[in-house]
Parts: sequence; C-alpha cells; structure tokens
Amino acid sequence: MIAIVKRPEPSKFWTIATPVFAVLLTMILGGLLFAAMGKDPVAAIRTIFWDPLFNDQFAAYSRPQLLVKAGPLILIAIGLSLGFKAGIWNIGAEGQYIMGAIAGASVGLALYPLDAWWIFPLMVIAGAIGGFLWAMIPALLKTRFNTNEILVSLMLVYVAEQILASAALGFLRNPEGNGFPGSRNMSQIPWLSNPELIPGTGAHWGVVAALGAVVAAYVLLNKHLLGFQIRLTGESPRAARFAGVKDKLLVVFCLGTAGALAGLAGLFEVTGPAGQISIDFGAGYGFTAIIVAFLGRLNPIGILLAGLLLALTFIGGELAQFMLGLPSAAIQVFQGMLLMILLAMDLVVNYRITIVNRETT
Amino acid sequence: MTELLKVVGLTREYPGVRANDDVSFSIGTGEVHALLGENGAGKSTLVKMIYGLEKPDAGFMKLRGSSYAPQNPQAARAAGVAMVFQHFSLFEALTVAENVALGMENPPKMSELAQSIREVSENYGLPLDPDRIVGDLSAGERQRVEIIRCLLQDPKLLIMDEPTSVLTPQEVEILFKTLRKLQSEGTSILYISHKLEEIRALCDGATILRLGKVVGICDPKATTAREMAEMMVGQTLHVPTREGGEAGEVLLDVQGLNFVPSNPFGTRLKDVSLRLRAGEVLGIGGVAGNGQDELLSVLSGEAKTGKGSVIFDGQDVSHMGPNARRRIGLLAAPEERLGHAAAPNMSLTENTALTATIRKKLTKSNFLNWKKTEEFAREIIEKFDVRTPGPGSAARSLSGGNLQKFVIGREVLQDPKVLVVNQPTWGVDAAAAAAIRQALLDLAAQGAGLIVISQDLDELMEISDHFAALNEGTLTAPRPAKGLSVEEIGLMMGGAHDMEMAG
Repeated sequence: MIAIVKRPEPSKFWTIATPVFAVLLTMILGGLLFAAMGKDPVAAIRTIFWDPLFNDQFAAYSRPQLLVKAGPLILIAIGLSLGFKAGIWNIGAEGQYIMGAIAGASVGLALYPLDAWWIFPLMVIAGAIGGFLWAMIPALLKTRFNTNEILVSLMLVYVAEQILASAALGFLRNPEGNGFPGSRNMSQIPWLSNPELIPGTGAHWGVVAALGAVVAAYVLLNKHLLGFQIRLTGESPRAARFAGVKDKLLVVFCLGTAGALAGLAGLFEVTGPAGQISIDFGAGYGFTAIIVAFLGRLNPIGILLAGLLLALTFIGGELAQFMLGLPSAAIQVFQGMLLMILLAMDLVVNYRITIVNRETT
Repeated sequence: MTELLKVVGLTREYPGVRANDDVSFSIGTGEVHALLGENGAGKSTLVKMIYGLEKPDAGFMKLRGSSYAPQNPQAARAAGVAMVFQHFSLFEALTVAENVALGMENPPKMSELAQSIREVSENYGLPLDPDRIVGDLSAGERQRVEIIRCLLQDPKLLIMDEPTSVLTPQEVEILFKTLRKLQSEGTSILYISHKLEEIRALCDGATILRLGKVVGICDPKATTAREMAEMMVGQTLHVPTREGGEAGEVLLDVQGLNFVPSNPFGTRLKDVSLRLRAGEVLGIGGVAGNGQDELLSVLSGEAKTGKGSVIFDGQDVSHMGPNARRRIGLLAAPEERLGHAAAPNMSLTENTALTATIRKKLTKSNFLNWKKTEEFAREIIEKFDVRTPGPGSAARSLSGGNLQKFVIGREVLQDPKVLVVNQPTWGVDAAAAAAIRQALLDLAAQGAGLIVISQDLDELMEISDHFAALNEGTLTAPRPAKGLSVEEIGLMMGGAHDMEMAG
C-alpha cells in the first residue's frame, strides 16, 4: 500500500529538484501529446526549448525576445510574490501595468515636443506612481471596508482596459496619426524611448529594473525585518499579530509595491518594445506574471528562472506554430501542463511517499 | 470480579516510533481502570486499537473470553465498547437529540429518542435537555451529550479520554457520581487521565505506560500520587518550591477593563480589574473559553482597550501594540503554540525573531542580525533543555512539550518585568512541566510579576501567591492562594452555573 506521510520539515532537496523534474516530465508528457497529434515529438520539444536560443536561422531574432518577454514578467512577478507570501492576493497586476504605462506616457507626451534628459526619468517615476495609485484602490478598500482584494483588483483590470481604449482613441491619440487610434510612437522619439541597451540582447531598462527588483526582493525577504514580517504573516497571521506586525500597513505595502513594479513594467514596455499606447497594449503580462510568481515558488531567484523559462516557452511555442504547424491551443495545453505538474509535484516537498506493508487481517 | 477485556502483547508501530510495545493488561467487569502516562506514552494508540480505529501489528484482545478484533468503531460499538473522546464531535447548530440521532445506525423517532435521552439523563444524574441547541451548552454539558450518546448503546466498556480537562470541580463531581453509578451496574470504564488525585479518587486499578511499554500496575487507592507520577516519568520529581518573598511595588494595574473581541465567538471581558506586584505570581483559573485568550490579548497588546484601562509601571499602555509593550518590559506567551506563539513552518531561529528583536536588540536599522538571533535561539535551547537537532529545525518538528519550553524560554530569557502566560504546561510531560514552573518561579524570585492563566488547578495552587478565576469574561477579585479550599475555588470558577445537579 502507498502511504503519504507528512515530513516534519520541508525537504530541501525536493524544493530545488521539483522544478527540474517538472520540466523534464512536461517534456515527456508534452512529447506524447505532440506525438498523438502526429508531430515528431523530439522535433517539437527541440523547437520549443532549443531553437529559440541556438538555431542558426532564428536565434538572431528570437534570442533578444527572451529578455524582452521575461523582463516585464519578472518585474511584475517579484511585486506580486511579496503580497502572495503574505496572503494578499493581487490579481490585478494587468490593470496596474496598463495604468503605469498610461501615466508615464501621458507625462512624456504632454511635454512633447520638449526634449530634455530628465523627461524619461520623470516618466519612469510617473509610471511607478500610476501603478501604485491603481493598486491603492483595492488596498484602501480592503483596509477600510474589509473588501476582498482579489475581486476588486481583478475588476479594476477591466476598468483600466477601458481607460486604455479611451486614451488610445482620445486624449493620447497621435495628432499627426491621420486619425488612426494609438499615441505617438515613443520608441521613435529618442528622449522618450526605452532603447535596447546592448544590441542583440533585447536588454532594455525594464530588464535592468527586473534584475534590480530580484536583488532587492531577495535582500528584503532574507535580511530585513519587513520581509520577515511578510513571510510571518503568510505563514501564520495570528503569530504575526502577536509579533506586532501592523497588518493594514502590510497590505498597503504589498499591494503598493506590486502596483509600482507593474506600473514600471508597463512604462518600460510602452516606451520600448510596444512603442505606443494602443487599444491592445495589454498583452496579458500581468496575468502571466501570477504563473511566474508561483512557478518560481515566490522566491526571487526562482522567479528569475521561471520568468526566463516561461518566456522561452512563449517564444518557442510561437516558433513551433510557425515551423511545425502546431496549433496554438496545443502550445497552451503544454504551458498549462508545466504549471500543473509543478504544483502537483509540490507534494513531495512537504510529504514523503512510502510503501508500507500492512497485513490485511 | 470476572474479566471483561484482556489485552495481550499489543504492539503498534508507526514509521520511526513504536507507539505500543507488547502492552498487556486486563479490565474486570464493573472495574474503573485508569490508563496513566505522559503525552506520547502510547495511551491514545492503545485505546484507538481497542475502539477499532487502529489495528495492532502484533498481539490480540479478548472480550468476555472470546476473540475481539474490531475492524472499525462500528464493530467495536456492536461488541459493547463505547468511547467518549477528549474533543467532541457535535454539530453546534443542532439540538442535543438531533446530535445523538446522527451518531446512531438506526435512529428511532425524534420524540422517542428525546424521551430515552431524558430517562438516561435522570437515571445517571446527568442533567440535560434534549431540545436545547448544542451551541448554547457549556463544555460540561456537551460532554454529557457524548456520554449519553454512548450510554444509549448500553455499553459493557466505556472508554473516557481525559474527561475532566474541560470541567469545573463541581462538574467533575457530577461526572464521578455518574461513573460510580455505571460501575455499580456492572459497566467497566477505561479512564485516561494525567490527573493523579482524580484517579486515586475514582479508579480501582491502574496501568501505567511509558514510551509505549507497561511500566507498572498498581492500586491507585493504595499508592500516593507522587509514586504514580514517578512511575510515569521514570524519575524522581523535582517539585518546585515557592520562596514567598515580600511583594514589591505595583507593576501592572488593570481597572474596569471592558473588551469586545472582534471574533464573534470570542468572550467579552467585563469590568476586569487586577493588580500585580513585583515578585508576585497571580494564578488565573477558570474553564477554557471563559475569556482566557481575550485576557492574554489585551495584556500582550494584540488587542487595544479603552484609555487608562491597562497601566504598566505607572504608564498607560492600553493604546500600545505588542512591540511597544515589549520595549518597556511587558511580555506574554499565548496558549496556542503552533500558529500563535510560534509559526509552524519557520525555524526556531526565525521564531526567536518573532518576539525577541526589540529586547535582545537583534536588528540594526531594521535589518535582522540572523547570527545574533541564532545565538539567542541556541541559548534558549540550551538553558531550557529543548530537545531538537538545532535552531534551524522547523517549529512544527518539535514535540509539544519541547516547543512549549522554547516558547516560555524565549520570553523568560528576555528578562521581562511582567510576563503573562496562558497554559504554560498544557500537554507537556511532567518533567518538562516541573522545569517550566521552576523557571517561572525563578523569574518571580528575581522581582518580575507573573500572571499564569491555566486550567490546571494543581499547577496554580503550586505556584501562585494570589488566585483569581475567569467566568464568562468576568474576573473574581484575586485572593491569597494559601488556604483556599477546592470548594471555594470551584465557586470562584462559577461552578454555580451547573450546581442544581440531580442527585
């Protein structure tokens, strides 16, 4: 008989090993899925995981895409992970991302055609504040009226999308754009743009900010009293109150930080890879970052790796659609499998699976 | 006395632990037999096997001479074995009769059932109205529901797991009368308890377990409590001695404190007043759920109360949070070890940081000094004899007693002016309990004021100078503990609540 026994302490080995096993298992099961669809499984897996980085023909295009896609995912996921660790569920990073982009772009475009070195830093600050303020809505409603931050933050995503549409069609529309929706293309305006810093890598200021956020979050969680209080609140809210944690302040801090980082991600995206405020600017980074945060076990280093891995499957998935004619639904199933398997394998971190002999008298 | 149940060589192993090792004993018809042992001695495993919840790895049982190996509790009940658990399994929103019906395989009509509940309750002196909602009943009354549920099956053997832990002395008396009546009718009772005086008053025989083995069989009426305790722990008990010093200045002054907990199931504190002097130990008794948690929370700072209601060392602290109170020397250790006093999945070092950062100066501009924190954790582990591989172990990996020593040690070693503890030795084995009490008394001898909230009256009598009791959120006026009789204590605890017992 197989029995599941709770470990007295989480296994250190499995905490590190499960993501690796989960990826391998996903490759095997995904390969079976692709084989069942009549595709060569080895080719499909190679196209997803290997070709984007090392294929002579495509890597020149797809390799920079890795950091372009991973940057905002990591930046947003770091912010979300602080709240998730404390049991504060901000599901609305997508809205904060959009509002950050709108706030930052508004500042830059309002000053147009003024050209000065301080405009871009000012836009960065405005982007962070935009996301922060948008996140303050669920934070204040939660601390004042005890509303559910999951619902409020999620609903505000749809509000933000409407504001985005209104900006693209109205107050931020390019006056020289012949009536087409969308703002001026900021990536074409040198003092408003967020350029690729090292050619061929895809690294822009958002990637730098993401790496900075990883380091800052690591220090915060491991060395700082506030990080300890965040972890303690997530582990045991009652013990946290006993330890003197001010829980309302913590809600404001976690939601505010997540909002500010999502706002930054939005600003770097709108001034760089996206270039302009457009109706379809929201590409789902705010939602995918939730997956990245959990895939990375809410650990800053884990999130860094998970962001890169997920970005890779996106790029590889697109490549596989294009090269092998795999339907996009199959790619999504494959990505979903990865998350499910990882979460399922969490079991072995906290539990031991043993075979027990028990006579059935 | 003919033999009812005979247990021979029962052995049950869990991964890494031999919970029961070759346990043998027997119970005669109409005998009240005690099963004694520290926490983790294997009492629960043993009764679970008798009640069909676990199966032995080796050994066998005989009931009235024939082989007895229940596959499940239903089989055990069919054979005439019933059990009253320490934790009740009742639905609060249903009536007494409905709860009883839920536990039956073929419940009769509700009106008939109510009638038979009334009969049993009168016959055995257990006052209980079958139409009342269980949510309105006291812990003692809820236990009666469980007992009556068992008695309706007309059991031959009734197993009772720590039945008096939730009762007032008066309720204990009622329960004992019932048990003696059952005994006189030929029902055998297997009685599990730590409370030695109780066992001496009630039981005819006792089997003592230690580390899963039978270490002694005795006649409790002819053995002293001390001898039994020494058999249980396997060593001579270190009895704490109270050095009654002169009481010093007033450290803590609570006057007319009212508090409405945010939790709707909490108990309101009504007009609580107390005064604690340096070097004094104030024991606060009372049945669980009468405001103990709330009293601790208003003293620790987790809950804030009206201006001027809590004065510490001449300073109004009623608006201060836990850390502000720690800074000036008012510390607390709550009852619930896992999830309140300590975070289960965090290491002992991290759990040290939970309360000690301020007084032990473990932070520098809000960055934690983990090295210094770990050193303090090691000091707690060493001075309080916490058995653990090291400060990196998760709190949940420690046994209850060891974690309790850690929690108490963490506060005591911070050199508090006033320490408030709730159930300091709950679920702790006798040797560790004695060590904890001694540490508390040492602290008081050094001039700290102590408030010890506990449900263990023996403990309170042993260490307190003054005694007060909580009853439905009100605190009786503290009285000198010396010379208080059990009856007086019972009245202070509000036993009057259930005094109109049937004879």
